[in-house]
Amino acid sequence: MSKSLKPLLLAGAAAVLVLGAAPLIAQTTKPAPAQRAAAPAHASLGLGRLALPEEIKAWDIDVRPDGQGLPPGKGTVKRGDEIFQEQCAACHGEFGQGNGRWPVLAGGQGTLKADRPEKTIGSFWPYLSTVYDYINRAMPFGNAQSLSPDDVYALTAYLLYLNDIVKDEDFELSRENFTAVKLPNGDAFYDDDRETAEKSFWRKEPCMTNCKAEVKITGRAAILDVTPDSKSAPKVD
Amino acid sequence: MTSDIKQSPLSRRRFLGAAGAAGLAGAALPARAQTPDPLITDVQDWHRMLGEGVDAHPYGSPSKFEKHVVRRDVAWLTASPVSSVNFTPLHELDGIITPSGLCFERHHAGIAEIDPARHRLMIHGLVDKPLVFTMEDIRRMPRENHVHFLECAANSGMEWRGAQLNGCQFTHGMVHNVMYTGVKLKHLLAEAGLKPNAKWLMLEGADASGMNRSLPVEKALDDVLIAFAMNGEALRPEQGYPLRAVIPGWEGNLWVKWLRRIEVGDMPWQAREETSKYTDLLADGRSRRFTFIMDAKSVVTNPSPQAPLKHKGRNVLSGIAWSGRGTISRVDVTLDGGKNWRHARIDGPVLEKSLTRFYVDFDWAGEELLIQSRAMDSTGYVQPTKDELRKVRGVNSIYHNNGIQTWHVRSNGETENVEIA
Repeated sequence: MSKSLKPLLLAGAAAVLVLGAAPLIAQTTKPAPAQRAAAPAHASLGLGRLALPEEIKAWDIDVRPDGQGLPPGKGTVKRGDEIFQEQCAACHGEFGQGNGRWPVLAGGQGTLKADRPEKTIGSFWPYLSTVYDYINRAMPFGNAQSLSPDDVYALTAYLLYLNDIVKDEDFELSRENFTAVKLPNGDAFYDDDRETAEKSFWRKEPCMTNCKAEVKITGRAAILDVTPDSKSAPKVD
Repeated sequence: MTSDIKQSPLSRRRFLGAAGAAGLAGAALPARAQTPDPLITDVQDWHRMLGEGVDAHPYGSPSKFEKHVVRRDVAWLTASPVSSVNFTPLHELDGIITPSGLCFERHHAGIAEIDPARHRLMIHGLVDKPLVFTMEDIRRMPRENHVHFLECAANSGMEWRGAQLNGCQFTHGMVHNVMYTGVKLKHLLAEAGLKPNAKWLMLEGADASGMNRSLPVEKALDDVLIAFAMNGEALRPEQGYPLRAVIPGWEGNLWVKWLRRIEVGDMPWQAREETSKYTDLLADGRSRRFTFIMDAKSVVTNPSPQAPLKHKGRNVLSGIAWSGRGTISRVDVTLDGGKNWRHARIDGPVLEKSLTRFYVDFDWAGEELLIQSRAMDSTGYVQPTKDELRKVRGVNSIYHNNGIQTWHVRSNGETENVEIA
């Protein structure tokens, strides 16, 4: 096709697509810089429809470390204890110690450098928002999304208490004081640094011949291949 | 699972006993048969009688003689089978495409059963127009096909402290590789229009775990696919039917299944699956987070503990290599524990962030072997040994174990997962 025809054809295509997208607001989108760089410049597909505020409200349940997403509500340690014993303790134990292979929620402070670290909310988790978000979206296991905001605040307060982060049974957690609570291990995470910390793995030419004089077997699966007991076996959770 | 593994060497030993005598001549032609083979001289049933008609199996399944080729789980790994994992039988597969029904599964609240007519995908947050899509909408968008591996971040995680599970299905089977069909996420985001401060996306599943992960916007605009098909047909329910995220080269947990919502924000969400889980604890007590990329890795699938050597003389060593950073450029194999290496023969498609098949055709006289494979990728990364990894990371990082695997082949062909120094 000739170059002079192109703008005409494009204009025609855009008009058709806008018609197709009638329920949507007019196409006045100004692409973000990142998008401009990576996305192909093409007219809107005119597919999908606007999400209604009620629909977004129904699904937008996530909570971030800065408190974005926290609903109004509050709950005390005492109230959290009651709910926990009723809804959570069967798996996680009365004090969050974990029954059987179910996750341990409390304790383990100071064990992260140990041979067998105990990673709990108190010893390992960086942000309290994650506790709220995860309980709210996924717990109790098998009956998710059944707790009210007040229930989740209360359970979160009880978990702070079990982890000795708050000491007072009357402590009340609310949307207002939520972001003031810091977890002990909050500063111990850093972004992936493999490209610098492991740069020796990018090496030009690995050894091909006479690379070592001696090879000895230092470990065998057959020796370890008894079904490991529930305490020492690795966990997937 | 252990009982099965323990049983199998017995049957292998019988087989080797029978095959041994004939195989001793090594590379020479087998001896002349002593008696005529009844499989040749007798007319077999399948040569005389009619088989099943074309309507017998509207959706076919493998031969009954392949019943052992199945996903397996390791019950003691998890507290509940609905938040658990099973393993792809890598030692029974060849080429690079994993059959859909054998792709390992990892769920956090079981398999959600979703009617595609009732599935919705919402995009909202820092966008110009929050949008809702139906599956019909998504199937009207420009489609692409891509082959990629999906590897669980915890693949080989049980092996950090030493050789533990006896079979590549268990040590390396949290990986599969299929062709996905779907829509580039960047097209969906373009429909919604990203605000200038859009930096991160949160992907969320419709299952009862409400699986949520934060994804940097650069990756979302690069090669992320929102897929509705695998290997030419709809996704399997256990793989996220009707819609899942495909995040090429990145840890499997990010590939949110039953995808229902994408929120756009200016910072990561720090969800449970990127704080408590999928963070890598190092020896100094600090942890890496957002370790998204799966580094170059390989494993010899045959021989391996579940697939011992059965014949002296000619043999085929087979394996897979992959890298989340690009393509596999080379695979080396050693038979003597790393003293000497040879280049493996790469066969079949070599694709970006995909499993790649390699072979070494070799003669075996019955000597003990210590087999390893070492992958290199298009960025120059060389797959490290487990000891090299442990030196940087310690033994408690759970995820991202891409260390070189060693198999010890005994003179009778039995093969074991070992560590060497």
